Amino acid sequence: MSGTALLQAIVDGILTGGVYALMAAGLTLIFGVMDIINIAQGVMVVLGAYLSYELSAHLGIGLLPGLLITVPAMFALGVALEFFFMRRLREQDRTGMSILITFAVAILIEGALSAIYGVDYVQLHSSYVDKSVYVLGFYLPYIYLIGFGLAVALLAGLYWMLYRTKFGRAVRASLQNRTAADLIGINVNRTRTISVGIGVAVTAVGGMVFGATNAFNPNSGYDLISRLLAIVILGGMGSIGGAMGAAILMLVVSDVVAVAWSPTWAPLVFFAALVIVLSIRPQGLFGSPAIRAQ
Amino acid sequence: MSVGVRRASAAGALALALVVFGLFPVVFTDPMATSIAVFTLIFMVATTAWNIFSGYSGYLALGHAVFFGSGGYTVALAARDWHVKGGWAVFALLPVGGLVAAAIAIPVGLVALRVRRHTFVVITIAIFFVFQLAAFNLGFTGGTSGILLPFAPFAAANYNQPFYYVALVILVLTVVLSWAVRRSRFGLQLLAIRDDEDRARGLGVKTWRVKLIAFVISAFPVGMVGGLYFYFLGQVFPQFAFDPLFDVSLALMGFLGGIGTLTGPLLGALVLESMQQYLTQSFSGTGTYLIAYGVMFLAVILLLPRGVVPTLAELLANRRARAAGGPDTTRDATVRGGVAGVAR
Repeated sequence: MSGTALLQAIVDGILTGGVYALMAAGLTLIFGVMDIINIAQGVMVVLGAYLSYELSAHLGIGLLPGLLITVPAMFALGVALEFFFMRRLREQDRTGMSILITFAVAILIEGALSAIYGVDYVQLHSSYVDKSVYVLGFYLPYIYLIGFGLAVALLAGLYWMLYRTKFGRAVRASLQNRTAADLIGINVNRTRTISVGIGVAVTAVGGMVFGATNAFNPNSGYDLISRLLAIVILGGMGSIGGAMGAAILMLVVSDVVAVAWSPTWAPLVFFAALVIVLSIRPQGLFGSPAIRAQ
Repeated sequence: MSVGVRRASAAGALALALVVFGLFPVVFTDPMATSIAVFTLIFMVATTAWNIFSGYSGYLALGHAVFFGSGGYTVALAARDWHVKGGWAVFALLPVGGLVAAAIAIPVGLVALRVRRHTFVVITIAIFFVFQLAAFNLGFTGGTSGILLPFAPFAAANYNQPFYYVALVILVLTVVLSWAVRRSRFGLQLLAIRDDEDRARGLGVKTWRVKLIAFVISAFPVGMVGGLYFYFLGQVFPQFAFDPLFDVSLALMGFLGGIGTLTGPLLGALVLESMQQYLTQSFSGTGTYLIAYGVMFLAVILLLPRGVVPTLAELLANRRARAAGGPDTTRDATVRGGVAGVAR
């Protein structure tokens, strides 16, 4: 393997890792405020990709302007999910029930997508999807750059919202202690609803970039959710910074493995890393020990 | 009702169930009915076995397809490499499938049981995907096309019957196993872990060992019926052997009937699997089927979160208490942990 191919793999890994970081940040935000793992996050990314596909292929709206429609749509889906299902869970057996409920939602979305689009693979196309720019000896496809740029901007926005605004303080308060947050006058239910909406809304962006860089069908959600789960656990559940770090690390490692060994086994890296890390540090790379009790 | 009467009526119900299940393929000879019955029995075994770990310990495992698929591949490979002829001899390989599944459960459990709650669930899902990936890509699994099992030379008219009775025997043994675990000191330790793991450990339960043993026990029957299932289908493929829907099906069936009870998983699997098989054999198109499944799933969780058996048992206990003139205290008393004690 040449040094250039290796470097190219690392650069690709960082660029795609940014998009995975965004999707994983949404997943970990929902976990943080709701104590719920959204198994449907993967298929929601695929749903976001199909929304972009529908807009660009049939209505002639470009991928980037289309986000102005798909992001609010996915936000509304997240709000509905919280309002109709997550809120109704009782405190006991919450862990099991929440995972089953989001799994059921995932099956429902997958079924609807299969009924509409069938099992054929599709991919998003646009003028900037297939072109690349040559920088310092690397070919960088525009879509990777756009995806990475969007992901960084949105993650920065998410960070700003969580740590610099009043709403963010409310989110963090409800995350730490629901009862105390209630007592000081935070509307915990509304905070949770909006947080889940935001956590799901990021899948619209993730879906657009995923759909432009990979061929997908309604089944693609399983592959995605398994990677995203590996990332959030590696990063430490509920830690947004950890999710970002773990996403970039894992994508770089798996891209390097794909180049150095074989693309078939690259996904194995995710799970192998997960098993090794958990055997040594059950709380994840960046998590606090209290997470272990979870 | 006195204990003696209750025990006698339970024995009567058991005998009746055995007669009904024993005579089913004799009365209903339609191949569609008997094949639905075979699939249903297989899922009753798998859900009961899953419940031995997940129901009693409270750890929700969503990766039992690992054991199902491993059992299937083991039986297929053993039949091919040992040149086993189709027919009854292949059934003798099923315990080998169970043993391999149980052996795989040891390292899987060693990793997964280091963590609790959400993380445990996610780890079981992740390990499941490792096996799926391996089944698609390793050389000896035959890739996407899988491995053929020997053709069973049973008479066409009664082709399903041998599979049915083998599944029934495995089911009876698995239910006995589940019952024995539940009644034992070991079962009490598992229930203690479900109720409060840290306190159980404080009281001297070797929680880690107990969980691992239960995990391995629960893998064995799933591996056996995995072998049976793919012998019945005639071929083992990765997308059937390692199917994420299998993982959630077991949980759904368990939750519908009532997890942690002996009869709940049996009832849940009986209702859901027969219905599901009937729907798939009557309608085509994966999309509509998945939608129906998702809706049913949500309805069960939202409307009957504790399952049919515990809910019924509680209703019955309430009525009995009211008939005896006592105050209605069962509701509070059974809400936590006690549920399984009432519902048998």
